[in-house]
Amino acid sequence: MIGVSNLRKQFGPKLAVDGISFSVEKGEVLGFLGPNGAGKSTTMRMITGFIPPDEGEVRVGSYNMLEQPIPARRLIGYLPENAPCYTDLTVLEFLNFSAELRGLYGEARRKAVARVAEMCFLENVLHQSVETLSKGYKHRTCFAQSLLHDPEVLILDEPTDGLDPNQKHEVRTLIRRMGEKKAIIFSTHILEEVEAVCTRAIIIDRGKIVANGTPDELKRRSPLAGRLTVKLAEGSAADVAKKLDALPEADGASVVSESPPVVTVQPRERDKPALAAAVSQLAARENWKLLDLHAEEGRLDDVFRSITLPDTTKNRS
Amino acid sequence: MNSWRSIWTIAKREVVGLFASPIAYVFIIIFLLLAGFFTFMVSNFFLRNEANLSSFFVWLPWLYLFLVPAVGMRMWSEERRLGTLELLLTMPIAPWHAIVGKFLASWLVVTIALFLTFPLVLTVNWLGNPDNGVILAGYFGGLLLAGTYLAVTALTSALTRSQVVSFIVSVVVCLFLILAGWPPVIDLLGRWAAPWLVEFVASFSVMTHFASIQKGVVDTRDLVFFLSIIVFCLFTTSVVLRMRRAG
Repeated sequence: MIGVSNLRKQFGPKLAVDGISFSVEKGEVLGFLGPNGAGKSTTMRMITGFIPPDEGEVRVGSYNMLEQPIPARRLIGYLPENAPCYTDLTVLEFLNFSAELRGLYGEARRKAVARVAEMCFLENVLHQSVETLSKGYKHRTCFAQSLLHDPEVLILDEPTDGLDPNQKHEVRTLIRRMGEKKAIIFSTHILEEVEAVCTRAIIIDRGKIVANGTPDELKRRSPLAGRLTVKLAEGSAADVAKKLDALPEADGASVVSESPPVVTVQPRERDKPALAAAVSQLAARENWKLLDLHAEEGRLDDVFRSITLPDTTKNRS
Repeated sequence: MNSWRSIWTIAKREVVGLFASPIAYVFIIIFLLLAGFFTFMVSNFFLRNEANLSSFFVWLPWLYLFLVPAVGMRMWSEERRLGTLELLLTMPIAPWHAIVGKFLASWLVVTIALFLTFPLVLTVNWLGNPDNGVILAGYFGGLLLAGTYLAVTALTSALTRSQVVSFIVSVVVCLFLILAGWPPVIDLLGRWAAPWLVEFVASFSVMTHFASIQKGVVDTRDLVFFLSIIVFCLFTTSVVLRMRRAG
């Protein structure tokens, strides 16, 4: 549904987006990750046609965004960053206005507005002016606007920003449910959100894609992934660590606590379960009383930190 | 057909916004009060003993100079400040729909205010026998004048996020459009400049063209003058908006 190839955008001396290519099909929810200023919003703005790219192509459905912007935009629902709304209108007026610009009039408009108001829990504030709304409601009003025409493609720039935990949960559930039938791209800073919602995630840093895969695949790139934690009822932690370290499948063991003894072992080959088998055989041979033996799945924030550079180093280079 | 629907939708929302803000009410009331004050108190409408509205029309370019930019200054700057520009320009509409829709909405508010000066027309008709054709032409000229100022303001408001900057810049530009053909300036210019130069500068003035329409003669040249400034400014607005997006 969405095809982006070799997008490039420069703002003055700053190369904001540097040759990004990816595609999203129906039924996919793509999480867009990256540090602040990595080029997430710029990429989304180019996909929605708000900013023209310096180079590259954006295809939405069967349309090229540069050549046929109007039919391409018809397929897209867009929630811009910070969820802008007309503050001088009421929620209902704002939704009616957006629906009419989407070509929905009369009964079709009334139904569409009622549907999104229910989906985004806006029924109680329909006649309230947008100016008086709390941040969460304002955010959902703008989100509702993007769903009016039941678009096949949804581009959501930080859809859970500024929401409370309950609202975040509602929005995530909504995105996951809609993702079954639509192509969705959403950007976020919250890594747990990616695991909860996305079928695939892309990490971008300084305008380039540095990782692209399912959340599980990404997690396996974590330095922690596959590390075993062994917890025993009794014994000497140093002794246990020494014996674990001697295993051919292990690549170093370290003591976490003395009593009860807890030791972590790093596997030599990350993707293989051989280490866990070896450890349990060793435990049986040595008659250890195992209280706990588990492998780390890896954590997205470790992956994120290891492949993107913090702002501070960027400024120095 | 679809274009007009989008333009209508945008114009409608803009009018609602202007009345809700409540710039439209303030504009209409201040305009009527000032128009009344200048016509009756400063120009001594009753003492002139003339059955025409020239004592009203003579003030119109000056009244509009400050009031019309106040109506138009938020047109695009507010849209950029709120970030709604991104929303509007990613809708399945062409940018010119939004530009024309917003312009027409502001023009409508100014037109309503001008229409509400109709008691003046009733008064001169009651007191004497004015040439209503000339009066009608004057009103028509007034509308074109307001449209021209508004188009200038649309352009300046697309250039900045700040309504104040937009207001000041458009007042200065409109002041130039007035002064270029204002008799004192023309006299001053005529003392040293060649007549063709004086005429050239004066041809850029709204005063020259407004004055000739006010006489009751709607000349194509005057019409083309006002409409071409409006079209030029709105077109430039679209260029500015596109450049702003391109970064």
